[in-house]
Amino acid sequence: MVDIPYEGIRSIPPAEVPDVELYHPRSWWTRYVFSQDAKVIAIQYSLTASAIGLVALVLSWLMRLQLGFPGTFSFIDANQYLQFITMHGMIMVIYLLTALFLGGFGNYLIPLMVGARDMVFPYVNMLSYWVYLLAVLVLASTFFVPGGPTGAGWTLYPPQAILSGTPGQDWGIILMMSSLILFIIGFTMGGLNYVVTVLQARTRGMTLMRLPLTVWGIFTATVMALLAFPALFVASVMLLLDRLLGTSFFMPSLVEMGTLSKYGGGSPLLFQHLFWFFGHPEVYIVALPAFGIVSDLISTHARKNIFGYRMMVWAIVAIGALSFVVWAHHMYVSGMFPQFGYFFATTTLIIAIPTAIKVYNWVLTLWRGDIHLTVPMLFALGFIITFVNGGLTGLFLGNVVVDVPLSDTMFVVAHFHMVMGVAPIMVVLGAIYHWYPKVTGRMLNDALGKFHFWVTFLGAYLIFFPMHYLGLLGVPRRYFELGDTTFIPSSAHSLNAFISVVALTVGFSQMVFLFNLAWSLFKGEASGGNPWRATTLEWQTPETPPGHGNWGKELPVVYRWAYDYSVPGAAEDFIPQNQPPRATQLIQGAAS
Amino acid sequence: MSAVILFLAVLVVIAGWWLSQQRLTAKPWLEEGPAGDFPGGDAMTWPAAKLGLGVFLAVASALFVLFISAYSMRMSVADWRPLPVPRLLWVNTGVLVLSSVALQWSYLAARRHDAEGITIGLLAGGASAVIFLAGQLLAWQRLAAAGYLVASNPANSFFYVLTAVHGLHLTGGLVALGRTSAKMWRGAEIADMRLSVELCAIYWHFLLLVWLVLLGLLTGWTDDFVNICRQLLS
Repeated sequence: MVDIPYEGIRSIPPAEVPDVELYHPRSWWTRYVFSQDAKVIAIQYSLTASAIGLVALVLSWLMRLQLGFPGTFSFIDANQYLQFITMHGMIMVIYLLTALFLGGFGNYLIPLMVGARDMVFPYVNMLSYWVYLLAVLVLASTFFVPGGPTGAGWTLYPPQAILSGTPGQDWGIILMMSSLILFIIGFTMGGLNYVVTVLQARTRGMTLMRLPLTVWGIFTATVMALLAFPALFVASVMLLLDRLLGTSFFMPSLVEMGTLSKYGGGSPLLFQHLFWFFGHPEVYIVALPAFGIVSDLISTHARKNIFGYRMMVWAIVAIGALSFVVWAHHMYVSGMFPQFGYFFATTTLIIAIPTAIKVYNWVLTLWRGDIHLTVPMLFALGFIITFVNGGLTGLFLGNVVVDVPLSDTMFVVAHFHMVMGVAPIMVVLGAIYHWYPKVTGRMLNDALGKFHFWVTFLGAYLIFFPMHYLGLLGVPRRYFELGDTTFIPSSAHSLNAFISVVALTVGFSQMVFLFNLAWSLFKGEASGGNPWRATTLEWQTPETPPGHGNWGKELPVVYRWAYDYSVPGAAEDFIPQNQPPRATQLIQGAAS
Repeated sequence: MSAVILFLAVLVVIAGWWLSQQRLTAKPWLEEGPAGDFPGGDAMTWPAAKLGLGVFLAVASALFVLFISAYSMRMSVADWRPLPVPRLLWVNTGVLVLSSVALQWSYLAARRHDAEGITIGLLAGGASAVIFLAGQLLAWQRLAAAGYLVASNPANSFFYVLTAVHGLHLTGGLVALGRTSAKMWRGAEIADMRLSVELCAIYWHFLLLVWLVLLGLLTGWTDDFVNICRQLLS
C-alpha cells in the first residue's frame, strides 16, 4: 500500500451545492411525469422500452407459431409474417436495447456512479425522453394504419422497401422512417447529456481511470451512437424523399407491377453503405454497455477486483474505434466490388482481439474468486458463455468465403440472436436483479429469480443452437413457408416445431419475471443501502432509493478505484470508493 | 464513404490526443488517496454548455459529412446533370458572412462589457440570418420556376436537400439566438451574457463553414480539389 499524506484530505473544500443550482420539482406533474431528474427519466425510458419490447416479444411468438406449424394458423398470412419480422427486429435492436442501455441504465447510473447530482442539461434530458416516447408511439401507430406496418425487413433495403407489393407500402414505411428520425433526434439530446456529464460532472477524485467499467461502456457506446445514428438519419431522410417526392437517391429504374416506374439511376448499394455504417456500430452500441455492466457484476459477486482494468478500458475504446471500419461485412453478397470484402474481413477479425481480451479478463476475474451464485451473477455467467458462443460463429460469418453460402440462412439468425439478442438481454436481466434494490429499496425474490434464469438460459440454447444446424442445412431466413424442397429433410420441420414450443415456453416464463418485479415492489425483502456490499458510489448514497440530488448536502469524494474487493489486510472484503485511506489504515492497524 | 472515413480519422486524432492527457496508463489499484495527489484526469475547464455545443457540432458535422459522402457516390452515376447554381446564392453567402461577423462583433462587445454592442450585434446577426433564409427560399423558387424540380434529377434533389438541412440547422440556431436576445432584453448581467453570446457566435461560424463547403460542392469548385486528392492517394 502507498504512503498517503493525510493533510491533503482536509484541504479539500466541502462540496455543498447551493440550492439554486438544483432544479426542484414543484408539483406532482413535474416530479413524476415531466420530471428533469435523471432517475425518473431512467425509469420512464425503461418502462417505455420494456412495453414496446413486450410487443416485439409477442410478434416473435407469432413468427414461431407460423414457422413451427405452417398452415395451421389462418390468422397469419405471408404479408403479416413479413411485418412481424420487420417490427420485431426494429423494435428489439433500436427501441428496446439501445433505449434501455443508454436511456435507462445510462440515465440512472451515470450521475450516481460519477458522483454527480444530476445530468448536466436536465431539461434537454427530459425532452429526450418525450421525443423518444413520441417515436415509439409513431412506431406503434403503424399497426393500426391502413396497410399495416412495413414488411421490408428491419434493414429496410430499397428498392423493395418502398415499392408496391411490399406490405405497408402506403403508410407503414413513411411512419417507420419518421419514427426513426424522431428516435435519432431524441437520442442525440440524451447522448449529449451522457457524454458531457461523464466529462464534466465527475466528483472530486473521480479520475477517468477510477470510473467503474459500466460508465466506460455506456460512455463509449454513447459517443459511437452520436456518430453512427446520423448515417441512419441521412438514409431515412433520403428514402423518405424517394417515397414521398419521387426523387431517385436510392431507386434504380425498374418495372413496377408491369409499368415502368418514375424512378431511375439511383443506387440501392448507397443505402446499404449508409445503413450498415450505422448498423454495425449499433451492434457495439448495444454490446459495450453490456460489457461494462457485466464487468461490474462479476467483480462484485466474485468479491475480487476486475482483472486487467487498464486492458478492459483500452479494449472498450479500441472496439469502439474499430467498429466503424467493418460495416461492409454485412454486404459481402450485395454486389459491391468483391475485393472490398477482404479488407472488411480483415478488420472484422481484428476486432476479435480486444473482444477476446475482455473475455479472458472476465474469466481471470472469476479465477480463485469468492464466487457468490446470486441471480445477477448467474446472468453474468450466462452472458459470458453466450457471448463466446455467438462470437465464435461471428468468426465464420466474418470470412467472405464462409459467409457467402451461409448468407440469408437461419445460421445468420442464430448467430446474431446469440450475440446481440440473448447475450445483452442476459446482462439487462442481471443488471435489473443487481440494481433493483437501489431503485426500489427492496430485493427481488431469489427463488423466482433463479427459476427465471434457468428457464431463460437453457431455453435460449434450446432455441438457438438447433437453429445453427438448420442454417447449415440451407434453411433460408425470412421465408413464410418452406414448402417442399429436396434439400430440407422432414426432420428440419420437426426441429422447427420443437424450437417453437421452447420459444413459447421461454416467452411465457418471462411473465414470472414481470410478476417478480411487481410483487417485490410491495412485498420484497427490504434491501438496505448496499445489499451486495459493493464499492461503487451508487451504493453509498445517504438514502435508498436515492433522493433528489442524489447525495444529500455534500458530494462524495473519491479516494480509490472501483474494485477494492478482498483487499489483503482490510477489515471488510470491500472498500467503498469514497472511504478515505486513513479510515482503512486505522482499521487495518486494529486488525493486525 | 471516403469522406466519412477521413472525418472519423480526424475525430480519432482529437480523441487520441485528449485520451493521451488522461493518464490511461495509470495503475488505479495502486493509487489510493485524495484528488490532487495524482496529476491529470480532472474535469475539463470548459463550461458544460460549451462542451455540449462542441459535441453537438461534431454530431452535426457527421451528418453533413454523410450527406456529402452520399452526394459524391450518387454523383458518379451516369444520369447526373449538374444544375446551374443561381447567382443569388453568392448574395446569400455574403449575407451569411455578415451575420457571422455581426455575432463575432457581439461576442467581442461582451468581452468589453459593452451592452449596446452586444444588442446591436445580436440583432444584426439575427436579421441577416433571416435574410439569408429568405434568400435561399427565393433561390428555390427561381430554380423551380426554371424547371429544375426536386425529383427531375439527382443533382437537383441533392441541391434541395442539402440547402434544406442547412436551413433547418440555421433555424435551430435562430431559436437559440432568440432566447439569448430575450435574456439580453430582460436585462441580464453582461457577465452572464458572455457565454451565451460566445456559443451563438461559435454556432454561426460553424454554419458559415458548412455553407462554404456545401457551396463549393454544389458549384463544382471542389471537384478539382477532390481530383487532386484522389491522384495523391492513388
